[in-house]
Amino acid sequence: MQQDTLIIGGKEFTSRFFLGTGKFSLEKTKETIESGEVEMVTLALRRANLGGGGNILDYIPKTVTLLPNTSGARDAKEAVRIARLARELGCGDFVKIEVINDTKYLMPDNAETIKATEILAKEGFVVLPYISPDLIAARALRDAGAAAIMPLGAPIGSNKGLLTRDFVRMLIEEIDLPIVVDAGIGRPSQACEAMEMGAAAVLANTAVATAKDVVAMARAFKLAVQAGRTAYLAGLGRVLEYTGEASSPLTGFLQD
Amino acid sequence: MKLNGENRPLEEPVSLLAYLTALGCDPGKVAVEQNGQIVPKAQFASVVLKDTDELEVVSFVGGG
Repeated sequence: MQQDTLIIGGKEFTSRFFLGTGKFSLEKTKETIESGEVEMVTLALRRANLGGGGNILDYIPKTVTLLPNTSGARDAKEAVRIARLARELGCGDFVKIEVINDTKYLMPDNAETIKATEILAKEGFVVLPYISPDLIAARALRDAGAAAIMPLGAPIGSNKGLLTRDFVRMLIEEIDLPIVVDAGIGRPSQACEAMEMGAAAVLANTAVATAKDVVAMARAFKLAVQAGRTAYLAGLGRVLEYTGEASSPLTGFLQD
Repeated sequence: MKLNGENRPLEEPVSLLAYLTALGCDPGKVAVEQNGQIVPKAQFASVVLKDTDELEVVSFVGGG
């Protein structure tokens, strides 16, 4: 059987479970990445803590692809600035565009995200924009040169699950780019559902970081993502709306 | 001089590389903006800081 790989920005991934590294203790980060067999992690860029202290890069295996986010950006201009600075750190060209100016629900600003994507894709970045799932915005992002689209399942950090399933499904059906469900996924079963629908990958952070046993939860997510992917490739069985259908033969009954 | 938004008077001109090292900061793990312009890593040793500079020194942290 041909190996099922995901290609983004010319890089091949065998794992379809991406991990956000926020809210973890540095000590747990490496073990969690390994337990989830994660090959891509997000990071944030902040003013350096000049008093020293550990650097997260020391806790991420070198084989893992880094996906810096532009968190903290309130418009396209700030996102572009953060992306350029992140690239200077010498860890590759991948960037997750995240533009948020809504302080209550933390919903991303799709219009500003499109502007930032246009600029950064032209500068050679591998751009993964984080959006509210909207087909029209996703088409604009594809045309702007996005390498993948990251629609949210529910508000960031909410663990509420795949509330946007019908809208994510539109992107999966209509956009010929990897669709990576990001944000809001709270349980492995929800990650599995996204993968069954045909998502290319799932990113989780809070769901793992706020679990009682983060290392075990990363493994649970890995297994759920694998199960969902396998089910998608297998092709789900059909659904009957209004009737039942016997699974056992309707002949040879032990009665006349 | 301003460093990450805080006033840090500079006694005498010093190279960016020397300044970062004196701060106890690994120059390999930070990116720097001087007055809004990115300073490429290859220029850390040759760029000289002045007391009028505004410096941003950033690094990666955990994030989603």
